[in-house]
Formats: sequence, C-alpha cells, structure tokens
Amino acid sequence: MKNLNRMGLAALTLALSTSVAFAATEVTWWHAMGGELGTKLEEIVAGYNASQSDYVVTPVYKGSYAETMTAAIAAFRAGEQPEIVQVFEVGTGTMMAAKGAIYPVYQLMADMGADFDPAGFLPTVVGYYTDTEGNMLSMPFNSSTPIMYYNKNVFEAAGLDPEMPPKTWEELEAFSRQIMESGAADCGFTSGWISWAQLENFSAWHNQPIGTLENGFGGLDSEFVVNGPLQVKHWENLKRWQDEGVFSYGGPGGGADAPAKFYTGECAIYMNSSASRAGVLANAEGFEVGFGMLPHYEEVEPQNSIIGGATLWVLQGADEAQYKGVADFFSYLSSAEVQADWHQYSGYLPITQAAYELGQSQGYYEANPGSDVAIKQMTLNAPTENSKGLRFGNYVQVRDVIDQEFQALLAGDKTAQQALDDLVSRGNQLLRDFQAANQ
Amino acid sequence: MDTKRTVFPSQGLPYLLVAPQLIITLIFFIWPAGQAIKSSFEREDPFGLSTSFVGLQHYARLFQEPAYLASIGRTALFALAVTLISMGLALVLAVAVNRLIRGGTAYSTMLLWPYAVSPVVAGILWWFIFNSSTGILPYMLEFVGVDWNHQLNGAQAMILIIIAASWKQISYNFLFFLAGLQSVPQSLNEAAAIDGAGPFKRFWTIVFPLLSPTTFFLMIVNLNYTMFDTFGVVDATTAGGPNQATNILVYKVYSDGYIGLNLGSSSAQSVILMLFVIVLTVIQFRYVERRVQY
Repeated sequence: MKNLNRMGLAALTLALSTSVAFAATEVTWWHAMGGELGTKLEEIVAGYNASQSDYVVTPVYKGSYAETMTAAIAAFRAGEQPEIVQVFEVGTGTMMAAKGAIYPVYQLMADMGADFDPAGFLPTVVGYYTDTEGNMLSMPFNSSTPIMYYNKNVFEAAGLDPEMPPKTWEELEAFSRQIMESGAADCGFTSGWISWAQLENFSAWHNQPIGTLENGFGGLDSEFVVNGPLQVKHWENLKRWQDEGVFSYGGPGGGADAPAKFYTGECAIYMNSSASRAGVLANAEGFEVGFGMLPHYEEVEPQNSIIGGATLWVLQGADEAQYKGVADFFSYLSSAEVQADWHQYSGYLPITQAAYELGQSQGYYEANPGSDVAIKQMTLNAPTENSKGLRFGNYVQVRDVIDQEFQALLAGDKTAQQALDDLVSRGNQLLRDFQAANQ
Repeated sequence: MDTKRTVFPSQGLPYLLVAPQLIITLIFFIWPAGQAIKSSFEREDPFGLSTSFVGLQHYARLFQEPAYLASIGRTALFALAVTLISMGLALVLAVAVNRLIRGGTAYSTMLLWPYAVSPVVAGILWWFIFNSSTGILPYMLEFVGVDWNHQLNGAQAMILIIIAASWKQISYNFLFFLAGLQSVPQSLNEAAAIDGAGPFKRFWTIVFPLLSPTTFFLMIVNLNYTMFDTFGVVDATTAGGPNQATNILVYKVYSDGYIGLNLGSSSAQSVILMLFVIVLTVIQFRYVERRVQY
C-alpha cells in the first residue's frame, strides 16, 4: 500500500511537470552580463516570466562578449543554438553577413504580428543596427557611449573649479598639469577602451572618417582611413602625455587597470563607458564624482559620439511558437517602463524615446546629475557619415590590432604616424579577408 | 632487449583489449586533427554557411606574415626558457629533498601544490603579484630602480609568462626527478665515496647519467607542455600582449580562431604547431635518446 502510494505520487509529479512543460514554450537567451548587470538582467527576465504564462525565458550567462558570441556560433554549427544571443557591437558586421543564420528582428516582429514600432527607437542607437534599407536587424538592449568622469575633490584641492570639467584636450592637459603640480593626484587622466574611446569615438566626435563608404555602412569593400592628421595628432599627444605622466595607460581591450587608477585617486580624470556609472559611484570612496562630455580639440567643433554595447540577435532554427515568445519578450523589453528601469540602473542609454521621456517625467535626470551626459553627447548634432557608427567585418581582430599598435606607440617602437599607418594596412588586410569569405 | 611474446587464444581478443585506447585516440586526436587539416585548406565564414577550397593559401600567407614568423621565434625562446628553468630548479629541489632524512614527505607535498593549481588560476596569481599598479613585486622593484610595467614592456611580459609557466611545471618535474633519484642504487654512490669522489663529482658522474631516462622523458613532456598547455597562463596574465610580445604559437591559434573567428588560418597554424612538435620529438628520439642509458 505504501509503495503504491509512492508510485501514485511519482506519477502525479511527472504528470504535473510535463503539463507545465507543455503549457509554456521555452526560449533561451545567452548573454554576457556578469556581476550586478547580470543580476539586474535576471530580474527583468523574472519580471517577464511572471507577467504571462505562455512563455518561459531562460537567461544563461556565457562569459565575456567574445566568449558568448563564439559559443553561439559554435552552437549554431552543432545545431544547438539558443533562440536569442547577445552580441557586442563589433560583432555586428559578422552577424549581419551570416544571412542564413540570423532571423532579422524587423522580419520576426512582422511575421509574428508583434506590436512593434521601429520609429519609437532612438535613431542614433538603432542606426547602428539597421541594414541599408533602414530595417532593424537586431534588438538594441544595452548601448552606451564613452563619457568623462572626474574627481571633484582633486579638482578642488588643485585649485580648479570642481563644477567645470575640461571641455577641450588643451584644457584637459592644462588642468592635468595643474593637478600634478599641486600634488592633488599623480596623474591627469586614464581611459578604458583605447580603441573605442580614443580612436573610434575620437574620430566621430571630431567628425573624421574611420573608414571609406560611410565607415563601412556602404559595403564590404570599405577601407580604413583612420590615419588622418587629427588622429595622428591625438595619438602623438597620448604618447607624450604617457611619458610625462599626464596620461596613464590602463591596458588593452576594456583597459582592466584603468578603473583602479581612478578609484584610488591616482588619476583625476577617467574616460569610459556611460555604463560604468554604477561601478564608478559604488567604488569612488571618499570623493565626489563629476561627469562631463568627451574633450575635443579647440580647432574642431564636437559632432556626436557613437555607441558601443550589445544587441540581441535571433538565430534561425527554432519553431514558430518559440519565435512568438521571442517577439513577445522583445515587446516587453522595449516597453518604456522596463527600458527606463534598465537605463537608470545601469547607465546604458535608453533605447526608446518613450523611456527617455519617462525618465524626464520621473525627474530622474534632475535627481541624478550627470546621468544624461551620455544622451546629450550622443544627440549633440545630427549624425554625419562619419559619426553614425561603424560597420566592419572581422572587427574583433581589428580591435586587437588597434591595441597592438597603440602599445607599440607607447613603448616607443613606432611614431604615431607609423602606428596608425600600420594599423590601417593591417586592418585593411582583415577587411579584405572578410570580404573574400563573405562573397 | 628481448621481448616476451604472448599468444592469445582467440584472434579478436587483442584487438578488443586495445580498442578503448584506439577509440579514444581516434575520437579525441585523429578525428579533430583530420578536421583541422581539412579546414586549413578551406576558407569558411564563422557560421559554416559557405566554404570554399583555397589550397595552401593560408599556409603561404602565414609564412609571409611578419607577426607569425616573430611568434615562432618567441615560442622557441619561451619553450627553451621554461624547459630549462623548470627542469633545472626541479632537479635542484629534488636533490635537496632526496638528501633529507626527516620531513622529506612534507616538503614534497608542499612542492607539489602548484601542480594542483589550474593554469588560469596560476596566471591570475602572477598577474596579481606583477600588476603594475597594485602588485607587490613592482612596488618592491621600484626600490631597486626597476620600472616594472609588463603592459608596455614586451621583455618584462615575456619574463612574466616564463615565470608563471615554469612555476606550474616545477612540481611535475620535481616529482619525476625525485622518483628517479630514489631509484639510483645507494651502493654506487657509496662505492664512489669510498674511492674519494666528492658530492659534485658523484652527482655528475653517477647520479645524473642514471637519471637520463627521466631527464629525457621530462624534456619531451615539458616541450609539449610549453607548446600546448601554456595557453591558460598566457590568457590570464598578458593575453598575448603587449603588441604581441607574448603571442606564442598556441595562443595565436586561439586568438585567431576562437576570438577572431578566422578558422582557416587558425587551423593552418595548429597543423604547423603539430608538425613542429612531431619533428622535435622525432629529433629527440633519434639523437638525444642515443645518449640515454636505461
């Protein structure tokens, strides 16, 4: 009797669990958000899962951006791919070219009859991820742009106005020297993401082309032209400033050592993603943080900065019910409430106009000074061909080349002109490889 | 040497007995190696949607690429340095522990610990110690006038990965050397001592030659280690930088293939790396082994 009961219970549990599995369609989302951002992401997904009963979205953390992307590609080759994968902006060229592997978001939303208005998204964000006909290929999720953080206490100790961040590179150099001479800090500034902040955004911000054919938006036969006089001047300065201690290099890629240099008060000014905001505020112990736009050289009026971050790509190979779930989930993700919450928590840009307006009506930007610097900087002017973004294949490798040439410059192996010339020729080689593989 | 010949009662049994090993070799070595050789002749997009045969193009390009040729030289330096340092220090430690009458086991256990540390964790440990802004070593080096910054100084970065990779391997070498030392007959040493040979003389003329099978074995193992297994250490400390100063062959295979998604060139590189190791091992067996006394 006891045994029978136990069996009955087991059968019941089995029946229950299978009925749950039948009721809800599973959607898997591979992402690269670790730490606090990962926790927030899971919270958003849990909110979605609780809001309806047809679909269950399962977020899976797959490591760094590069790891997540390669894991998804390997999984696709093995036929085990997730429905949604988060891909960083430099992987955009590769994803776009993989026509048989991706399900473009505009098409997905139309096929599934989802409520979706591409016009509601911020053009500077979405422009990065649309094809030449203006169709949205992936779903923007976390976009950011580099901004300037500075240590107000150090500014004050050096006799500078703590409410006045440097506006130009000339000012930044003068401020840094004053800070160093006064002994308020050992170094003027450091920067995360040399490639993104000090070359790509530097070019866009000064309205200089990064590559031909509208920075690669116009086709696969684009070539790099990032060795122009202004970029050479800037890299020459960075090398000189590094030697003089005005600038302190934080390492390749994201610049793993840059945050600590700012947090410990070693450097007074720090350039990095607007999404570093939460981390900066949490780690800035004993000093007040100021926010400012990226500096520009006096002779050039600033244009607008470009984004980084990641978008969500939908992969082919799932069934229709799952795609319906993806579409439904995307509608939820882009709703003003979810977007505003994510944006305000993380420092990533709001991707829709509605989310930005919601933040304004909530009084968020007034209560949190500096939180709208990124948006203002992004939308300072209508984007030109040079400042709407970039789209190059093999760009993950090109980013490595940028880091390598920058290191060669700082080590004194090459002049700025040589380093940028070599960067262009090595980068072009990678572009030609990509072109050959994708024709 | 005469070999014993075992006669199995049935024809199938010997094959059955070696089958597990054969299957493992086929699945985990022959098949992937075959795949690598195949894709080294192809150009493919990352998703595998279009593939075209390009012949030897990837190989030809590699040998024209200055970065690749530099990586070969760098790998040779790295492999040589790690093998010499880790085997040399391991031998010194093994001899020292072998002379101990008490506490030998405790020392051995402690010396074996680094081997239990995974390469990535080992890399992170050294990364912390050598970190140019927060590490303890750069701080101390400043007092003797050395400006340590392996993020910009390629030579320093190379020193860092050599130290990190050697530290990991010393334990393994130590264990084999210690076992080798313990199998050296004590009577030979004693006889030599009676004949008036000092400790150094005894070591070089008796112990070291008798250790030669161990030394030879370790040379091959260490070479394979530096060529294939040091990826984790490099990834966690320098990631091949600065400006590719520590981009050794195995790391380049990873960064071009896994990060850069250039599968064709990456496959070609791994095939070349495999050939290097095969050739080196053959050379060692043909020329070095002659001098080994079993």
